Amino acid sequence: MNGAAAVKIAVCIKRVPVMETKFAIAADGTRVDEAGLKYDVNDFDLWAIEAGLQLKEKNGNAGEVVAICLGPDTAQEQIRKALAMGADRGVLLQAPTVPADGLAIARALAAELKDGGYDLVLFGRIAIDSMNQMTGPMVAELLDLPCVTNVFKLEIAGGTGRAERALEGASEVMEFPLPAVLTIDDGLNKERLPSLKGIMAAKKKPLDVKPAQLGELKVAVTKMVLPPERAAGRILGDNADAVPELVRLLQTEAKVL
Amino acid sequence: MANVLVFAEVRAGDLRKVALEAVTAARQLADLSGGGSVHAVLAGDAGIAVKAASLAEYGADSVLVLEHAGFAQYNPEALAATVAQRLGSGTYGFAVFSATAQGRDLSPRVAAKLGSGLAPDLTGFSVDGGTVSGQHFNMNGKTIATLSLSGSPAVLSVRPAAFQPAANARPLVTEAITSAADPSASRVKVVELKQGNTGKLDLNDAPVIVAGGRGLKAAENFKLCDDLADAFGNAAVGATRAVTDEGWRPHSDQIGQTGRNVSPNLYIAVGISGAIQHLAGMRTSKTIVAINKDKDAPIFKVADYGIVGDVFEIMPALTAAVKAAKAQG
Ligand SMILES: Cc1cc2nc3c(=O)[nH]c(=O)nc-3n(C[C@H](O)[C@H](O)[C@H](O)COP(=O)(O)OP(=O)(O)OC[C@H]3O[C@@H](n4cnc5c(N)ncnc54)[C@H](O)[C@@H]3O)c2cc1C
Repeated sequence: MNGAAAVKIAVCIKRVPVMETKFAIAADGTRVDEAGLKYDVNDFDLWAIEAGLQLKEKNGNAGEVVAICLGPDTAQEQIRKALAMGADRGVLLQAPTVPADGLAIARALAAELKDGGYDLVLFGRIAIDSMNQMTGPMVAELLDLPCVTNVFKLEIAGGTGRAERALEGASEVMEFPLPAVLTIDDGLNKERLPSLKGIMAAKKKPLDVKPAQLGELKVAVTKMVLPPERAAGRILGDNADAVPELVRLLQTEAKVL
Repeated sequence: MANVLVFAEVRAGDLRKVALEAVTAARQLADLSGGGSVHAVLAGDAGIAVKAASLAEYGADSVLVLEHAGFAQYNPEALAATVAQRLGSGTYGFAVFSATAQGRDLSPRVAAKLGSGLAPDLTGFSVDGGTVSGQHFNMNGKTIATLSLSGSPAVLSVRPAAFQPAANARPLVTEAITSAADPSASRVKVVELKQGNTGKLDLNDAPVIVAGGRGLKAAENFKLCDDLADAFGNAAVGATRAVTDEGWRPHSDQIGQTGRNVSPNLYIAVGISGAIQHLAGMRTSKTIVAINKDKDAPIFKVADYGIVGDVFEIMPALTAAVKAAKAQG
């Protein structure tokens, strides 16, 4: 990515259920019941798309942002959203169900990315359905590319990048050469909304559909349950009058003081 | 019987509490699988070897010490190469990492190098005939999956605070090891480590978290949370996204779906409405206290104890009462 040279950026996105949902467990006891679920692009991936679009815009709009999704046929809808935001083309790696094995997903994505000549491959930090948080660094490893995860600040110039990544209560500033793989955290940007013009344009943009090459699976979900409901709590009272009772309960009942 | 390799997380030359939790989990895993031994990888700048003793105290039969100036900061490429080389030697059935920013960066690289299955962020596990199965929150914390791992070595990471460090002393045995890749040749380099909240406990290490929301009204009012945290003495301060968006607190303090996942013994939510995205990051806390002037705020639905009222009145009183309780011992 030197000067005005065209930038080629892949953004890997995931179709995930909308989380403001009351989930139920499917009859087989290993997944959520899909009846009535609505889907959207994983939040963190939206921020990755935004990062890709902004980098291309900074570069005089030369180049390409490609949205790649591994998922069922219906995930074309999520790819169209990326196209409506401004991505140039989409690729669906078709898999009837997305496996629990992150490495299998990473292998299929790496096979697609390998000869693509991308300067950057962007992911969200975590997919909030599987909560695996592993696909990006696995793809980087499979492609032997530098990788920085949890990025919430980013500068790209002259073939190198500088990223700040979030740790628990701290952060790390990292430098790396391009091409590279990054996973994008909350805080880097806010995603743009697709405009009406963007939505119309998205309908005409190319969207390739091909089967995902998943290979051997070593991780399986053998059971899924809903966490126990928290018992209804107690309102101890109003204002500072309730403080002595709270402190007493923290000492005697919760035993945390 | 399977031996376990465990990665002991270090930051700025110090062993983190999560390292002791990971060793505790590794000890459990080795014992559950019929009494294998636990080997801990400890990497850092010259002098890091002195930290090996704590790892032995929590159950490491041997500590593999990787001392090199190139590990003064986190060095993902050289560490992944070294851990994968050890793990791939045929000695180990399992590898354990902490499900922290560092562990969740490193473990996928190691799993990918070896073609191993990775079960991330486990809150518990069991072993059945060499196969490990572990519990993992998904759907943004709204479901719990049991993941089962086949193949050896299998890689897993454990959620901070899910395994309390349990002393299980072994004689201190250390072995100096060398890096499988030149640490100074790594393409990705940490040029700066910015320690937030200097001197304060990390959100994932703290048994008590005082978290503030937009109800605090301004950055300077977080002093009320800092003061309560100081009164506890073992607390960290967190925030909602509304607060980090306002720039009142750094991004790394954010708790929730797009922030940190925490499970402290005590979580005190101060002026926090309890949006679903916030609950996703803290609902596994053992005891939750909510302070909010709106008696219908959703936070009260997950709180064990609630006080309805003004944070500006309640917080100073609570801080004073906690100080008094601590003073009585
Ligand atoms: C994709 C996405 C991801 C998100 N991720 C996260 C996340 O990771 N973490 C997160 O926290 N949020 C997240 N959010 C934002 C979330 O939806 C809420 O907007 C946010 O949690 C609200 O923060 P708050 O409770 O501090 O503020 P508010 O919702 O504004 O609530 C403030 C509360 O303070 C109370 N209050 C006001 N004054 C006083 C007073 N004087 N005394 C006592 N109480 C008072 C009010 O009654 C109110 O309940 C996300 C949102 C989206 C869309």
